[in-house]
This record gives sequence, C-alpha cells and structure tokens, in this order.
Amino acid sequence: MERSYETYFRQNRLPHLWCPGCGNGIAMKAIVQAIEQQEGFTQDNTVIVSGIGCSSRASGYMDFDTLHTAHGRAIPFATGIKLARPELNVIVITGDGDCTAIGGNHFIHGCRRNVDLTVVLFNNNIYGMTGGQASPMTPLGKKATTAPYGSVDRPFDACKLAEAAGATYVARSTAYHVPHLVNMIKGGLANTGFSFIEALVQCPTAYGRRNKLGSPADMMKWMRDNAVMLAAWDKLPAEKRTGEKFPIGCFCNTSAEDYDTAYDKVIARAEEAVK
Amino acid sequence: MSKARLMQGNEACAEGAIAAGVNFFAGYPITPSTEIAETMARLLPQHGGKFVQMEDEIASMGAILGASLAGAKVMDATSGPGFSLKQELIGFAACAEIPCVLVDVQRVGPSTGQPTSPSQADVMQARWGTHGDHPMIALAPWSVRETYDVTVEAVNLAERFRTPVILLMDEVVGHLREKVELPEQVDVYPRRQPKKTRAEGYEPFAPDTDLVPNVADFGTGYHIHVTGLIHDDTGFPSGSPEVTEQSIRRLHEKIERACGEVIRTESYFMDDAEYAVVAYGGAARTAYEAVAQARAKGQKVGLLRLITIWPFADEAIAALAGRVKGLLVAELNYGQIVHEVRRAAAGQCPVAFCGKYNMHTYEPQEITAAIDAMLAGGQN
Repeated sequence: MERSYETYFRQNRLPHLWCPGCGNGIAMKAIVQAIEQQEGFTQDNTVIVSGIGCSSRASGYMDFDTLHTAHGRAIPFATGIKLARPELNVIVITGDGDCTAIGGNHFIHGCRRNVDLTVVLFNNNIYGMTGGQASPMTPLGKKATTAPYGSVDRPFDACKLAEAAGATYVARSTAYHVPHLVNMIKGGLANTGFSFIEALVQCPTAYGRRNKLGSPADMMKWMRDNAVMLAAWDKLPAEKRTGEKFPIGCFCNTSAEDYDTAYDKVIARAEEAVK
Repeated sequence: MSKARLMQGNEACAEGAIAAGVNFFAGYPITPSTEIAETMARLLPQHGGKFVQMEDEIASMGAILGASLAGAKVMDATSGPGFSLKQELIGFAACAEIPCVLVDVQRVGPSTGQPTSPSQADVMQARWGTHGDHPMIALAPWSVRETYDVTVEAVNLAERFRTPVILLMDEVVGHLREKVELPEQVDVYPRRQPKKTRAEGYEPFAPDTDLVPNVADFGTGYHIHVTGLIHDDTGFPSGSPEVTEQSIRRLHEKIERACGEVIRTESYFMDDAEYAVVAYGGAARTAYEAVAQARAKGQKVGLLRLITIWPFADEAIAALAGRVKGLLVAELNYGQIVHEVRRAAAGQCPVAFCGKYNMHTYEPQEITAAIDAMLAGGQN
C-alpha cells in the first residue's frame, strides 16, 4: 500500500492519540497532501502552529518545526513567527472551541490583519479532549455534557465570520470529501494573506455517540448526503436550503495586501524619515 | 557617551531594548506604559525591526513568543490589568523556555485601579502571577538612565537563561524625565545556538552545562517541537513523574545556580550604619533623600536598594540583618517585599514597614519619620 506521506510525519510519535474513527487524521493528512502539492512549501520552511484540544495535537505528529501553544492562542503566536521570519510558511491547526470560543478575538483580528497565515479549523462540533462539552459550533439542539437537554446556544458559521472579518481566502470541506479538502487547503496555501479553511470532521466518541449519529462511517455518510458543492448550493432556492444541508467550497478568494508586505513599506517610510 | 538628552523612563526603556537587539515588539495600549509601545512603533521600523499592535494583551504576549521562537529578540510592555492577562503566556514562556522581556509599568490597583498613579503593588504578581512552580527574574530600575541599562540587562538575561524576564517599572520612573547620556554601545548576549546537528542526535531541550537548553530557532532545519506541556529533552510531552520532577527542578536550578550574578543590589551610607532602609524602584529615590536627611541629623542609617527583585536578595538581606539593629522597608504598596525581607532577616533584627498606597509617591519626611520611629524602637 502506498504510504507516500510518511515522510511528513514523525514516525516515533505515532500512533496518534485520537479515538478510532476520528476524522482528525484525515484532515491532518489532507494538510500534508496540500503541502506536498504546493510549490514553495517544504518541511524546512514550514511551521505548524496549534492551540489546545484534540485537533491541536496534530502538530506533534507532523515533521516540521511545530508549536503547540496555549488554548486559543495559536493565531497570535503564528502572527509573531510570520512577522519575524516572513520567508517561513506558517500553518495553524485549531479546533472549533479553540478558534471560535477562547480564541475568538484572535481569530477575527487575524482575519482583519491579513497576515499571510493558513488556518485550518478541524470542526468536530464539540470539545472532544475534555469529554464532550458544547462548543460555539455545536449545532442547535444537539446534546453535549454541558448541554444535556440539547444546546440552546446559536452556533457560529466560522466561514461567514472569517469572511466578514476580512479573511482573504475562506473555504469549507469535510473529512468525507478528501480530494476536495486537499484542494481547499491548497487554495489557502497559495493565497498570500489570511486564509481560513473549515474542515468538518467526525467525532464519534464525544459527539456522535451522545447524539445517536451512528458509526464513524455513518457520520461521514451524513457529510456526503448533506454537504452541497457551492456551485449547486448557489442555485438552490432558499426554500430548498433546508434541514441539515450546508455548502462546501471556496466562499471567498480576494486579493488584498498582506500585513508583511504592507509593513515593509512602513520600514521603508521609517528609514526615509531618518535619512 | 553620546550627547545629553532629556528623556522619559518609558522612552529609555524602548531605546535600551533596541540597543540590546530587540527587533520585535507586540503591544496593546495601557497607561502608564503606552509611551513604550509608541516609541517602539516609531523607532523599530527605523532599525528594520517590527512593531505590531495586537487585539489584546494576551495576543501581544503570544506574538512576541512566536517571534522569539523564530529567532527575534522580543519585548512587550503593559501595566497591572494587562499584566494579569499576560500571566497565562508568561507561564508558557517559562515552561517552554522562550526568551522574552515583559515590562510592567505599575499603577495603583487592584482592577482598573488608578491608571496614572504610582505604585509598586505588582511585585508579588511578578513572582507568582502565573500558575504552577516556575522561576522568575524581575528587575526594578530607579532612574531614567538606569532604566536604559536594566532593559539591556533584562534582554540579555532572557536570552542567557531562555526565560521570561519582568522589568518592574513604576509610574514614577516610567513618566519621569531626566537628562541622560546613553552609551554608544552595550554588551549584547547573542541567541543561543544548537551545538549538535540532527544527525548527531540533537535534542532541543537537553540542558547545556549551565542547565539552559540551546533550542534551535524555527526555520533552521531542526524540526523541533515546542509545547507548554511538561516535556522531556526531545521537546515532546511526557507523562513521566521523573521527567516532570526533573523538568521543574531544572527550570529553577538554571537560575538559582547563577543567583550570584543575577542578583544585584546597591548600598548607600552603609559603612557605619546601625540601621538600614530597604527600598527599590521609584520609591528608593525618596528613600535615598530620607536617608541623606537622617545622616545630616547624625542618625547612623544606610540604604540597601534592590535592583533585582526576583530572585530575591536573601543573602544580602540576611547579611545586613546580622549587622544592623533594625531594618525599615519602604515600598509603595500595602506590604509585599517587606514579607520577603522579614523571611530573609530570619529574626536577626526587627523589620519595620513604611508602606504607601494613596496615589502619591513618598515625601522624604514620611520615611524620615519612620526612621525616627525605628531608632526610637517604636514601630515594628
């Protein structure tokens, strides 16, 4: 069996700690596939930064310079790395709780600032590592240990949030749509600016089981049946965008000067001022 | 020496940082430290460095830690409320051994407190503000000129020990303007470099002979892993009780071992002193004047000024307590360092306290009155 991506992983740190059937491994592999395909990205010039949670353990398995930061803080750390060493590619791996709850402020300001980072959010709809508490991306009515009667908190649409906050590339895919997910991440790597990709992943242990969503395969079939490619979604009349259906694809790919390029001009102006 | 300039303490801090090689600053506006960020925003790009104003105090701390790992020399500045928010990532820097300097220009607290008034009430937070066992280095200058020197020292200590260093200023020193002459050049401690290649079995957190690891900067081909989890020499998390114990012990010992070089104090009027005042930072300026006035009255009083607040000058205090009849601690708070002085004095002499926390710095006569009371054997 072809295992072409082994070179991107720290073999002595595997197997990973994720539960059987977890989607995080699929999203992690999609990232290295995108890196392999994207010109200019090598293991020596790419840094992987993560926060805290199930998703964020990915950094430890990936054979790059890797930084496992504090809960919610991956984007600020990544910002510092990128500004200090602009020639490095910086990828952030985060989760729905890490990115949109405790890291929510950093997330929107990262989008606004447009530093050249690629942020991949593994959305498992739950706090997995702490055992299944509701996150800001737990769908309405779904159960969690802290929402035993169903969540009444309205969830974020992280892609809409990113786009509204100024991210220059925004996309969504799922652990079921692997080649599509790889392409969505590649698009983010190619964008010079703040790129955000939401990767929907199944959490059979802390989310699926409590909500009677079946086996991991059943959860992925749900992704297959409910994810709608953006081109088709756009043609759907509003009354047909019903039930649990959601769009996947690239929602936004605009060009705007990234922070570092802009700051180079600041340096030029400052140097001119003291001449 | 360059020509004399009129300069504010906060400006001297920024200029000292740049002289020491700081080329990345992330900040968030907060009184009375804001001039440090403003000065860095103006000066850093003139030197090819970068300034970024982050969305909050936590983010600015995160940004400097990321930049430090990528090889930059870094600083951030704040005041009490921001200092509280930064504690999380000060702990990260201590655990993951990331060189950084954080300036706290103290103001009256708790909470929002009195933003533009002097205080020295964050000294215990500097030591114990973040959770868990960790060492800490904190320095407190008393003049604009010394702020420059101590900032250079803070950057160098951070690099040497790969640890966060807190520069404890106060509103008096931060906003004071004095005539200063700055040196043309300062000694700069370079970033530590790996001594082995990956092929030679490099382990990023393996301690050197001084117990400090030579962690590779990101982007130098070492593929290191950095985490705030307790980790072994490889940098990867470990659930081992032995590794945990060794790791926490080494973090402390790397600084404890070098205490003799790190801890700095200065003494004044001490030759025949029978009593002594202990003070630091802006308050030590008034204490100096008070002691000078006491001397003029014929009282045999000296002054011990702490420049290094943490690690605490246990030996200097113990030696002093062994030779004088009484100590008086003057600090702009309800009583913080006085407890350390009493602990270190270990009952060898009485330790009196003259605290102040009403938005104003001392008048010399407040300290001379406390000296009179000490000499009369009254207050303890």
